Amino acid sequence: MQCDICHKEEASVHLTEIIDNKVTKLHLCENCAREKSTEMEEHFGLADLLSGLADLVPVTTKKGKFPSLNTGVDIDVGIKCPGCGFTFQKFRKIGRLGCPNCYDAFRSQLSPLLRKIHGYDRHTGKTPDKKRVVKDATVLLGDLKARLAKAIEHEEFEEAARLRDQIRSIEKNDKSESKENTGKKKT
Amino acid sequence: MEEVKDNVNLEELLHKKSEWLKGTGPKSDIVISSRVRLARNIDKFPFFNWAKPNQKEGILALVKDAALKSKFLKKTMFLQMKDLSEIDRQFLVERHLTSPEHVIDPEYKAVLIDDREIASIMINEEDHVRLQVLQSGFNIIEAWRMADEIDTDLGTRLSYAFSDRWGYLTACPTNTGTGLRASIMLHMPALVMTNQIGKVFQAISKLGLTMRGFYGEGTEAIGNFFQISNQVTLGRSENDLIDKIGSIVDKLVGREESTRNILMAKNKDEISDKIWRAYGTLKSARIITSSETIKLLSIIRLGVNLSVVTGIDGTQINELFMLTQPAHLQKIEGKILNPNQRDYKRADIIREKLKG
Repeated sequence: MQCDICHKEEASVHLTEIIDNKVTKLHLCENCAREKSTEMEEHFGLADLLSGLADLVPVTTKKGKFPSLNTGVDIDVGIKCPGCGFTFQKFRKIGRLGCPNCYDAFRSQLSPLLRKIHGYDRHTGKTPDKKRVVKDATVLLGDLKARLAKAIEHEEFEEAARLRDQIRSIEKNDKSESKENTGKKKT
Repeated sequence: MEEVKDNVNLEELLHKKSEWLKGTGPKSDIVISSRVRLARNIDKFPFFNWAKPNQKEGILALVKDAALKSKFLKKTMFLQMKDLSEIDRQFLVERHLTSPEHVIDPEYKAVLIDDREIASIMINEEDHVRLQVLQSGFNIIEAWRMADEIDTDLGTRLSYAFSDRWGYLTACPTNTGTGLRASIMLHMPALVMTNQIGKVFQAISKLGLTMRGFYGEGTEAIGNFFQISNQVTLGRSENDLIDKIGSIVDKLVGREESTRNILMAKNKDEISDKIWRAYGTLKSARIITSSETIKLLSIIRLGVNLSVVTGIDGTQINELFMLTQPAHLQKIEGKILNPNQRDYKRADIIREKLKG
């Protein structure tokens, strides 16, 4: 099959576009496909790419508004955020959420999406609560130790002392925590 | 309350070198700058794009107040976008003090900039708070430490939208979690010359990072400048993310360095010829476009780093990248210039700066 754009090369990329329910199929060679994809990238911003991603969340609706070939999780796209009135459907369209509450309201829909984007769906790291700054003590510890070594090398003793105290307090917490957790399974 | 200059004109900045352009940090022959950006939102408010005007005003006042009380932001310039001319807004974008998105629809938007142009806070961008720390050279850990400190301090006065499960909540789910985007800008002419850059692109994308050409559009990268950023923001700690991008950039720097050495050992005459021709063109041109300027300055930058060209200060070359951009040219000239007039002005400035 020949490329639909240059009519020279063999087509190896097959593109299906659906615009206003009209289906067009394009068969392109690699070079023309690359050009076409740059063109598309320019037309569509991240939001569009994202709403494309949102399509990856399998959807079946009872109302039959969004018939889908996927027979995955039963998700109501009409679900509304009580905080701002945003619907999941609107998020799918624009790739942006309405307010912080949306994360709770669309929890079951967002979870698979976040896993697709990040590979995880659970936060690790800084929290606004000072008492539990970083959850992964081991990483922090490594970082602190490296900084301590650097501080000593540069003879920044005040900084070194501060870092040493931080390391001690984390190591102490770690020990007491692991004692507490003996016999308990952490989830 | 600290003394704050509201909406001063930006002339002051024009005659100052941005900290990140000084070329002073580690590995600054290859790493131009290291940036950390944190996205935060104020709890109980809709995200900026959906907030009502009075809410937008409220957020602006809250964040401004919280930031101006910060001991880390004592010498700060507070600029409301609506009070700035089109050129001034573009000027801030060119200096990397604000994002291109932040200057569209200027109502209720503002930016706070510290006097060394290292830290800046965009208020009411897509997220309510976008804190940025921009350091010269390969200084990503330092940039993160500073951003972390300012963020923790702001957090004592602002109530951030946060969930135990999903971390800091952002308008776009690609930023949620840590809200952290670390970006490192690299100059890698040797990897481009030896056709290795395609492999780098491929490798990077498999590592949860993205790389894009810094100048130019689409896939076309002008001047061999590339920006590498983390893509994942959720599920990995900040230290982990910084560590990862740092170790990968470290490898790239090593690769660029060794390739430069090989090029100099094997093709010294060809490289020198390229560099001197670029120098000759820039020193003599009367009319020059922005993209030709970037291409040629990139080669001269390599020449300075390889000590092929002597007598030019690397900082001066870095500065020329900045000064030859459209808004900078127009601010220097003090009036609006059309693209053609800018090509003349650009050539004038370059000749002036390169005059021995």
